[in-house]
Amino acid sequence: MKSATSKPVTRKQGLAARVKRASRLKPARKVLVLVATRKGAWLFHGDVARKTWRVDGPHFLGHIINHLVLDPRDGRTLLAAAKTGHLGPTIFRSTDRGRTWKEAARPPAFAKATDGSGRAVDHTFWLTPCHANEPSVWYAGTSPQGLFRSGDGGDTWQPFSHINDDPNYRAWMGSVQDGTPDGPKLHSIIVDPRDPAHLYFAMSGGGIHESVDGGKTFKPIVKGMEVVGGFDAANIAFHDPHCVRLCPSNPDRLYQQNHCGIYRLDRPSNEWVRIGRKMPKRVGDIGFPMVVHPRDADTAWVFPMDGQTVWPRTSPGGKPAAYVTRNGGKSWQRQDAGLPESQAWWTVKRQAMTADAQDPVGLYVGTTSGELWMSRDEGERWTCIARNLPEIYAVEAAEIA
Amino acid sequence: MKVLIPGPLLSYTKERHVEASGTTLAELLADLDHQYPGLRFRVIDEQNRMRPHMRFFVNGEQVFDLTCPLRPTDAVYLVQALSGG
Repeated sequence: MKSATSKPVTRKQGLAARVKRASRLKPARKVLVLVATRKGAWLFHGDVARKTWRVDGPHFLGHIINHLVLDPRDGRTLLAAAKTGHLGPTIFRSTDRGRTWKEAARPPAFAKATDGSGRAVDHTFWLTPCHANEPSVWYAGTSPQGLFRSGDGGDTWQPFSHINDDPNYRAWMGSVQDGTPDGPKLHSIIVDPRDPAHLYFAMSGGGIHESVDGGKTFKPIVKGMEVVGGFDAANIAFHDPHCVRLCPSNPDRLYQQNHCGIYRLDRPSNEWVRIGRKMPKRVGDIGFPMVVHPRDADTAWVFPMDGQTVWPRTSPGGKPAAYVTRNGGKSWQRQDAGLPESQAWWTVKRQAMTADAQDPVGLYVGTTSGELWMSRDEGERWTCIARNLPEIYAVEAAEIA
Repeated sequence: MKVLIPGPLLSYTKERHVEASGTTLAELLADLDHQYPGLRFRVIDEQNRMRPHMRFFVNGEQVFDLTCPLRPTDAVYLVQALSGG
């Protein structure tokens, strides 16, 4: 029986105890942080406590690296989505965790059109490795929007499904003027860990889409999502999801950071709920990344950006902060301890915030001003890992033995 | 014929001047890709269009058509357009 005089353990004390326990147990798996930038890629190897980081890089100095991802199925294969200012896009592969690299034999490319109207991939933007139940399979999303699949670990890629050439999808994708400043993107490719035939992807712009038949057909899933004032939410083209994540601990729950708010979707419902309404009004619920907890589907993080007037897309008030919900979006708490307190006009892109799978969870944030920050206690306190990197496009945290 | 390779493609050829053959620019690029796998896609897209920041010169004249005929004595330059930042 609990002593009547025992004090309740606060959340901070609980986290501190978990940090202490974790460091005592010396977790066997270390964290490798993969940083993709506009001028190359860097790998940061953490010690077991995630306190010191050994930098490995630059890789591909001068190349535009949109995404750098480690295959969790073998812990060795890295794929890097690359291009340069002059050269066309490609995929580089490493099977020894970045010691050596080889170019993919057939990078993502659209089908050749006979009438001259065909599209060309400008860059591969997003890489998704599948789960252990689908060995060697990867998906890629490109700009302009295209969906591609590799069945051989990322060496050769083929256009996937009907969407690249489907008239409806082409209309929803819009033109280059309807996308982000450096082109419209297909992103957030998600494979249901229980069922490889159950897929999601998102487009900026162009909505969120689901397949339950292995990509033979896709359907929009945008009910409940809002669009910019004055536009018709019934038009899929006007929907701009910035980042969608599926909860590993509950694959029936998805979170989304959208151009117009933060949302949660609990399947089998098809209706998104705008949970960002509970964010402080002065901060708003606009941003790019969405991060989910590896083991708790009620916990998720965002990194708000100023979405007012001309869309500055910088930390509101020049005061960067993450916001966490621990109850599925019913309420949010600010997490800014250790972050700059003023005059820090950060932009954090949609792929530039992530979590590791350790306990407590580590969070990682990369800025367009080239700073890499992390928290080893689920956002309670932040420390800087690196400064003076090029503009950071993507940050991934991989677990390695 | 002699082909001058721009800096960004040296990771493929390792040298600035290489030998390649073909009776058209398309054939020449096919031969270059055979010798240096992957090179062609970095300069010509999947619709057979020259990529935006690559330029092709034959004997000092810029060409825009992959069907441009070539002779063994021609000098072909692959050039990166000025664009940076």
